[in-house]
Amino acid sequence: MKSFNRRNFLKASLAASAASVVGMKLPEEVRAQFMEKAGIPEGWKWDKAVCRFCGTGCGQLIATKGGRIIAVKGDPEAPVNRGLNCIKGYFSAKIMYGRDRLTKPLLRMKDGKFHKKGKFVPVSWEQAFDEMERQAKRWMAEKGPTGVSLFASGQYTIDEGYAAAKFWKAGLRSNNIDPNARHCMASAVVGFYQTFGMDEPQGNYEDIEYTDTVILWGANMAEMHPILWSRVTDRKLTGGPKIKIVNLSTFRNRCSDMADLEIIFKPNTDLAILNYIARYVVENNHVNWDFVKKHTVFATGPYDIGYGLRGSEPVEREVTLTRAEAIAQRKNPDKTHKIKQNNTAKPVKHWAISFEDYRKALEPYSLDFVAKLAKGDDEEDLAAFKAKLVKLAELYVEKDRSVMSFWTMGFNQHVRGSWVNELAYAVHLLLGKQATPGNSAFSLTGQPSACGTAREVGTFAHRLPADMLVPVAAHRKRTEKLWKLPSGTLNPVVGTHAVKMMRELEDGNIGFFWCQVTNPFQDFANLNHWIRAARELDNFIVCSDAYPTISAKVADLILPSAMIYEKWGAYGNAERRTQHWRQQVKAPGEAKGDLWQIMEFSKRFKLKEVWKSVPVKKAKGGGLPDVLAGAQAMGYSPEDTLFEVLFAREGRKYPWNPNDPVARGYPNDIAEEQGFFVHRALWDEYREFGIGEGHDLAEFDAYHSVRGLRWPVVDGKETLWRFSEGHDPYVPKGQGFNFYGPLLKKIPRGDLDGPIKGAGKVALFTKKNRHGMILDGKAKIFFRPFAEAPERPDEEYDLWLSTGRVLEHWHSGTMTRRVPELHRAVPVAQVFMHPADAEKRGLKRNDLALLESRRGKVTTRVETQGRNVMPRGMVFVPWFDEHVLINKLTLDQTCPMSKETDFKKCAVRVTRA
Amino acid sequence: MAKDKTRREFIFRMARIGALTSVGGMAWGWMINLSGNQAFVLRPPGALPKSEYGGACIKCGLCVEACPYRTLALTRVGEGGAVGIPRFVPRATPCYMCPDVPCARACPTGALERDVEITRSRMGLAVLVDQENCIAFQGLRCEVCYRVCPLIDKAISLQYRPQERTGVHAFFEPVVHSDSCTGCGMCEHACILEEAAIKVFPHALVQGRQGPGYRFGWKEKSGVSQDFKSRKTEPKREAEPWNDKELDHTLETLEDVKGLYD
Repeated sequence: MKSFNRRNFLKASLAASAASVVGMKLPEEVRAQFMEKAGIPEGWKWDKAVCRFCGTGCGQLIATKGGRIIAVKGDPEAPVNRGLNCIKGYFSAKIMYGRDRLTKPLLRMKDGKFHKKGKFVPVSWEQAFDEMERQAKRWMAEKGPTGVSLFASGQYTIDEGYAAAKFWKAGLRSNNIDPNARHCMASAVVGFYQTFGMDEPQGNYEDIEYTDTVILWGANMAEMHPILWSRVTDRKLTGGPKIKIVNLSTFRNRCSDMADLEIIFKPNTDLAILNYIARYVVENNHVNWDFVKKHTVFATGPYDIGYGLRGSEPVEREVTLTRAEAIAQRKNPDKTHKIKQNNTAKPVKHWAISFEDYRKALEPYSLDFVAKLAKGDDEEDLAAFKAKLVKLAELYVEKDRSVMSFWTMGFNQHVRGSWVNELAYAVHLLLGKQATPGNSAFSLTGQPSACGTAREVGTFAHRLPADMLVPVAAHRKRTEKLWKLPSGTLNPVVGTHAVKMMRELEDGNIGFFWCQVTNPFQDFANLNHWIRAARELDNFIVCSDAYPTISAKVADLILPSAMIYEKWGAYGNAERRTQHWRQQVKAPGEAKGDLWQIMEFSKRFKLKEVWKSVPVKKAKGGGLPDVLAGAQAMGYSPEDTLFEVLFAREGRKYPWNPNDPVARGYPNDIAEEQGFFVHRALWDEYREFGIGEGHDLAEFDAYHSVRGLRWPVVDGKETLWRFSEGHDPYVPKGQGFNFYGPLLKKIPRGDLDGPIKGAGKVALFTKKNRHGMILDGKAKIFFRPFAEAPERPDEEYDLWLSTGRVLEHWHSGTMTRRVPELHRAVPVAQVFMHPADAEKRGLKRNDLALLESRRGKVTTRVETQGRNVMPRGMVFVPWFDEHVLINKLTLDQTCPMSKETDFKKCAVRVTRA
Repeated sequence: MAKDKTRREFIFRMARIGALTSVGGMAWGWMINLSGNQAFVLRPPGALPKSEYGGACIKCGLCVEACPYRTLALTRVGEGGAVGIPRFVPRATPCYMCPDVPCARACPTGALERDVEITRSRMGLAVLVDQENCIAFQGLRCEVCYRVCPLIDKAISLQYRPQERTGVHAFFEPVVHSDSCTGCGMCEHACILEEAAIKVFPHALVQGRQGPGYRFGWKEKSGVSQDFKSRKTEPKREAEPWNDKELDHTLETLEDVKGLYD
């Protein structure tokens, strides 16, 4: 802010006196504008915050006046964006003020009572929680803890996600909590776990300024990470001729404008291209043997893992390999191979192989084979495409060339998403180009706190805080200790992942479904099923949201939620940067934060109701033990509520003091209502999980004086490159690299056909320190074969459909479609298609087209010449538009390992509407 | 008496009507003139050059009726521009560039070139008029105008420039290309500012013209970038620069050698 100097003062007083001379009373806005121009915004109060939207994590400054946010600006001191924003961030001040903001709980009622077929009626919070309590308890009594589910979010604040996971897992003893990040990052997580034993990227955004090469694999950064793309562009403009950008995609997007090399490939053939590069590295002696021998082992896993569809689908039992798949799996292509899918239940198992085996596995991925298979644009010349693949491989292997591979949903939303993540690491590890400045395979994240919340605090059905896992007894034990729970409280059976949650709803196994900060009935693939299940079956759907979304319409109870700057919170972005903010304004009407909702609901449960013996089908003995005696031994009473035991804990009930240096001058509705500084209490408790475990976070107050810190934060210092000596405090001197992630570090020895009985196990480390931290950990170089998507265009449904986003809108458009300017910019989701494909169907630009798949249909307008340039045979529809519910068409296929939906591939047909 | 009175009244009334009509007519004409001079209108695709268009358009409104998006309207008194001719205001409703151009096809007189190709039409020219308020020029990632442009990368492209203030970002500046811009106004319509920073104008109002004596070597073959011309009209021949008069004058000056030596 400008200082109040003489010149500004003169300007301001001139304006004021000019107005008074002509006897005119300046309208408030004009006056404010004058004052603002003069550098004296009257009564404006600026504070730092973080952008609500994507995983980039731009710093924002928020101006409030009179209890309202009246302006925002990019934070010039925020290292990510240095004052800049994209247009979503630009309109941050408007997202909370849509005219249809929800301000009262709404319940479907008939004759004064809840009724599934009733109409929404405003009710009090008391009434809302009464009905929720009745329904949750009814379903828990009927089905046990697995009868209820919470669909969580990568847009939760860290404390919300942490509290939700704790309430659900420790309180209700249900692991049926899973976030929308399942649709977004789950494949990346499996890739990290299997390769490094620990989640999240090693590098940070400064890699962009260090690197010579940016290779995009299914990441439309130009639109989806606008400010990061601005950094990539600057690198290209200022870095000299050595800097190269490669854009690999299934259609041309805006990144190609800046790219030196554009490679348009057929869906799923990214697997083959990566194997071609790995083969190129091996066959041309580019393997960095010093690195590979010291820091890696080779590994592979089963191929017959299905596609994450319901078990009743034929492809989940048996698959006939295509010719290309047969070649890719070293089988005779001239024979028919019917492959039983024997590993759908345990797709994640893997074993170590020798380098010779690895080399043998790569053998089929010759340039000829891969180029013919992968070329995605029929109009492109095969020789030209081959030359591009060679060029790509050359860029990877070039000596002294640093390389960054970035990806987002193109890799993650993929029926072999975990595999393709692992293959990207494989190439980088073979070359030793990983975890140093400018060198990494780097998984970008989509949501603002997919990393900080969904992943780090463990809102997944299989996770506990700080990379611990539900089925691991030692992890449950540690969590029970830190949460002060009697032994045996935590449910050892992994809960239902997101996609399964909907299937269980349809099958009647889940009767209570609550979603917060997300819009599942627009987000999930194969929507018709789930909307029908929610509306037609006996169940209770609760939707917490700020606006009447599709999910709110589908729900039975709508809880009006406070939005980002109406509460204290923290997000963690893709470079492990944790950023906190304070509440700036109060929520409208009776809207309340998600944390408040969790805490209030937790007051409705007494220990005697939830910590008694309860049935869980897959648990040993068919249920969870009664832990009330243990609870009493710890000083709890059976009459205590979950709120008292989980949240208002002794020693953590820091009194709320509005004059606290961190809090002074800012509201904190939850703290005022609950009587203690809830956010600091949760933070301090959560922090304990990561200290000394490689997940170290700083103290609560520290984050309020900096622009975020990248974990692990050790001795007050953030870590820029993990696993790398000189950058990461967890890497001992002289070690070079230490891939110390503790998960999956002992694997069986085997060959390409499977683990060899009696061959023993391979340990990926030899030393641990006295705290149990690995000192010389290794990473895994995986071989994974090419595989096709289960549903491919055929005569009936002859086009590939891919979905995605546009820069102007965020996810399902709940916020951005309520900003008039953004709505005007992109009012509808069009279908992007090749002009010749349109013409063949009697369509031209702007015509209404009917899109149909085996699962549903939508109508929308044709665009043949817009921002996305489609090859023949493929169409693209963004999913932000609730009037074009494209997810009615998509297929609920997932990566069988990560359970993340593949939204990028299914077969559709397009006709004149 | 009664008859006389009637007759007198009749004459009187006639005179009054005559006076009123002439005054009214003058006022009407003045208004039309005024609006014609002070404002501009954007005309439908395929409109003849302004000089020919005025005479050809019979203000029948068939093009307005044919427009599926209600983009077009007949100019009303006080709106600026000649009353009755079709026009559109892109900020309210842009031209969606129908490939079959129903408005032009509906024109009975040829004031709108009936077989115009929509991408060759020149309704106006988009100009990024306010670089100070355009947030892309401040380094923010907006460029909505670029991405909504139906002729993306042709009519509007991005020019990249390093951002020195932050040291690690870049500017993404939208640049309009007159050889492709049809003036459809999607950009002006979509501009996210309260008052659009990019606007469509008639070419004559905003487009500069270079002299013929210099060419940009790196883009020698640029297409037509002037106001739409019917392909039926012969282009006017440029006057030969070295006509006789010029030559005479030059020879005269050449003859004037007196001052060159003593």
